[in-house]
Amino acid sequence: MDIEKSIQELADRLQYIRDIFGSRKSDDVALLSSKLEEFRSREAGASMAQKVKLLSQLEDLFVFVEKKLDPELTPMDRVRIVRHPQRITLKDILEFCYDNYTEIGGQDEYSIDPSMLIARAYITRRQGDKVHNQPVMVIGQEKGHGQEFRNGGSVKPWGNAKALQYMKVAETENIPIHTYVFTPGAFPVEDYPGAAQQIARNLYEMAALRVPVIACFSEGGSGGAEAIALADTRLMLSHGYYSVISPEGAGAIESGIRQGQRAPVELIEECAARLNITAEDNLRMGYVDRVVQEPPLGARPHHYDFFKRLRQEMMMATDEAMLSVKGMNFIRAKAIKRRKQAALADAESFFVRWSLDERAAERLVWKRYSKFRNMAKHACMDKTSVSRRVKDTLQQMSWSTYSYLRYEFLRTYGQKLSHLAEEAEAEVRVVAQRLLRPFKRTGARKVDTETIQKLTELSCAEDGICLDGEWEGAYLSPKAREDKAVTCPNAATHGCLDLWAPDLFGDFAGVCQYCGHHFPMEYQWVMNNVLDKDSVMEFNQDVEAANPLNYPGFDQKLEDAKKKLKLKSSCVTYEASIEGMKVVVGMLVAPFRGGTVGAAEGEKFIRALARARKKHYPFLAYVHGTAGIRIQEGTNGVIQMPRVTMAVRRYIEAGGLYLVLYDTNSYAGPVASFLGCSPYQFSVRSANIGFAGPGVIKETTGVDIPPDYHLAYNALARGHIQGIWDRREIRNNLVQAFQTIGGRNLYYR
Amino acid sequence: MQDVKAILEEIKASPYEEVEVLAPHTGVVEFKVSGQGAKVLAASGTWKEKPGTLLATLVRERNARNIHCTRKGEVQTVHAHLNGKFVEAGTPLMVLRHFFTKDEVTQLILKKVLFLFNAPERAKYYFAAETDKKVKVSGCQSIKVKDGMDLFIVSRMKREKGLSYSGPEGIIYATYFSHDQNVDAGQPLISVCPESQMDVIRDVVNRVQSDWEERD
Repeated sequence: MDIEKSIQELADRLQYIRDIFGSRKSDDVALLSSKLEEFRSREAGASMAQKVKLLSQLEDLFVFVEKKLDPELTPMDRVRIVRHPQRITLKDILEFCYDNYTEIGGQDEYSIDPSMLIARAYITRRQGDKVHNQPVMVIGQEKGHGQEFRNGGSVKPWGNAKALQYMKVAETENIPIHTYVFTPGAFPVEDYPGAAQQIARNLYEMAALRVPVIACFSEGGSGGAEAIALADTRLMLSHGYYSVISPEGAGAIESGIRQGQRAPVELIEECAARLNITAEDNLRMGYVDRVVQEPPLGARPHHYDFFKRLRQEMMMATDEAMLSVKGMNFIRAKAIKRRKQAALADAESFFVRWSLDERAAERLVWKRYSKFRNMAKHACMDKTSVSRRVKDTLQQMSWSTYSYLRYEFLRTYGQKLSHLAEEAEAEVRVVAQRLLRPFKRTGARKVDTETIQKLTELSCAEDGICLDGEWEGAYLSPKAREDKAVTCPNAATHGCLDLWAPDLFGDFAGVCQYCGHHFPMEYQWVMNNVLDKDSVMEFNQDVEAANPLNYPGFDQKLEDAKKKLKLKSSCVTYEASIEGMKVVVGMLVAPFRGGTVGAAEGEKFIRALARARKKHYPFLAYVHGTAGIRIQEGTNGVIQMPRVTMAVRRYIEAGGLYLVLYDTNSYAGPVASFLGCSPYQFSVRSANIGFAGPGVIKETTGVDIPPDYHLAYNALARGHIQGIWDRREIRNNLVQAFQTIGGRNLYYR
Repeated sequence: MQDVKAILEEIKASPYEEVEVLAPHTGVVEFKVSGQGAKVLAASGTWKEKPGTLLATLVRERNARNIHCTRKGEVQTVHAHLNGKFVEAGTPLMVLRHFFTKDEVTQLILKKVLFLFNAPERAKYYFAAETDKKVKVSGCQSIKVKDGMDLFIVSRMKREKGLSYSGPEGIIYATYFSHDQNVDAGQPLISVCPESQMDVIRDVVNRVQSDWEERD
């Protein structure tokens, strides 16, 4: 027996307890430390048999103390556990949970992104004499045991792109995907393909992957986690956390400190508790399906029993995902259900082939959509009256029927008829032309004077500078009522003269006359100056933002915002028209809690998408501004990322035209999911678009970024958006975009 | 040729530059610095994104515009009698003293003593083949130039042509271009120093680098 090695292991365990609890639990630490010292001092004179006996006593004591301390872990302790260098990593899991594996595209720092690890692995099952090697694609963040180049599991955009590539490979090969989430959050670089954009792309593609995805959470940090965690079954390690923001980040926001300062430790601890980030919380709220119990104080690489359990759980989850959509499954599915309840994991005793046929894959995708659609429903207030609900349901049924008749039934037969009619008409025309030629008058057609004027005269010199008179009586910015001059921020470099506020915020639509700088405007400006007059009809206005986690003080803040802005959430959905074209608009309003997205906003967005799908209208997402996901809602907020993206995908696949227009500042979660996944994203010149704001980038990566890093023009240069519009041209450009992209029906296909 | 040491003594006698802050436009001025001796900072940050010390505000049409400091130094005089008064554009508001740094002193001396040969157009510049070889082997201070000598190749949009030096005879003291960067028209390419002065200049520059005391 190697006594020295055992002592070292115990010393590591002691250090681990110290790291996790900090200054707390000093009695227990002192006890263990004194016992360890005592053993060391007595070791020299003792015989081998005595040593072994003493050591086993000491080990028992360690086990006892660890067991005793485990129930006393606070949420922040769990955060420290998952970040500890002794924590299990994905490589450990690959070694101990799978029978064999080949790492794809990476050898330590020589990889496109060392923090994203991909491996093709095998799980072997024995059935009598027969051995089945079941292949699986393993994807996850690799933190390493303190390796600098892995960025602590913060994946750069190209790492997420690599993950997506191999998810598609797995889809082609028809093998299941196991993803392991070990990330504090994505690395906020905007270089192509862009942090936000790549996560959005991953979510969009994962929404319809035709193979089962099983995710296992250890450290689930917001966007970085979502990039690989949209799964059919989500497991979570009992000592892990899954959160919208790190407790430190939440603490910094709550205390309102400036960059470079640190939030008080007590506040950070408090935030960790308030955010409901533990496995238990997430299981209760329904964002994970099952919790995998870890050894006391968290799994470390020497806990071999834990790896065995994890392997069983992953196998069972995969079996279950397969069997739930396969045709022949009754008995085995029942068996799995019983085993799950009994917590007796023995997935290796029976065999499930891990491949799906076409129809089963379709069922799988639909099941995944339904699962996410039903999440977070309790997290917002829906004050719609019963009569209104009945009316809405009836209305929706009538739209569905109409839509079926018009677009499915009539299109099939109507198209045939119309083709026939077209042919016949062409024939008749030729005959008529021949017959009538002798009687037709020759000479040019008379053109009215207005057209002649339009074609021959120069347009007004001042055209385009001002919005013309037809908008009288439309929304006027309150800033336009101030009698003062305003200086353009570009005055020093572009020599812009001062502008008079009533001109600037009234006639000029907030655009500097000299350099074209766009001053931010209110959301009402677009609503009233871009859409047709009196065409706006709001719906779902009774869905309200709530406080599902009972976050202290947040009720009051919500109430204030509601009262001040006369809105019930930061998302407003309405039907409107632009030059007579009907559209459904989902709008995120920046002044309401920073335009953050929570359960109410997600729900409204999804319902609006469903309405647009049923009525066959194009959908415009107008983002007046968004700061990201509402942190006070915790995971209820972050789950909106996959949820709404799946709804978007469903709408687009049904043939919808989904167009996004950014104004002012748009960052984080929504951009990294349901907004960023649109193939047609445009921006007003004033917009800043990105994954994380400059402060957060400095805080997390330590890198200073140039002041113009997030400007719309840079976003365009990086390929994030597809075009930049002048605010005065929004209406014309929208009409143009709808007509050219949407085609004749303003709805594809 | 001027006496280098004399120039240095002259700078030492008054080691600062007085910068007058003028009102950029009309308006009611309100001073924000305490008075004589106050330290002021210039814009800082990698991209000069952090503005310098706020010196004063100028209010016109209820639009307050800030006047920030552009040079580091200390306040010499503030025309305090203007505080709260309406001033016209160009009115002197205060005087700042900017103390020279080592590099500024060196540049000042070199500017007075050396002859600068400027780029005639925006392009990339290279030394002609023979000179280039010598520069690579023993540095630019080994090159003696005289009027009419073929010294450069001007390269722009795949067009290359020769450029000959015109100016006083001497040795190239420093080069201000690199092979991969465009040089704007009017920017210096090289500075030329009379052969006899080389040692004196080196000596003075070394002395500045070691002896000059920079003020915070």
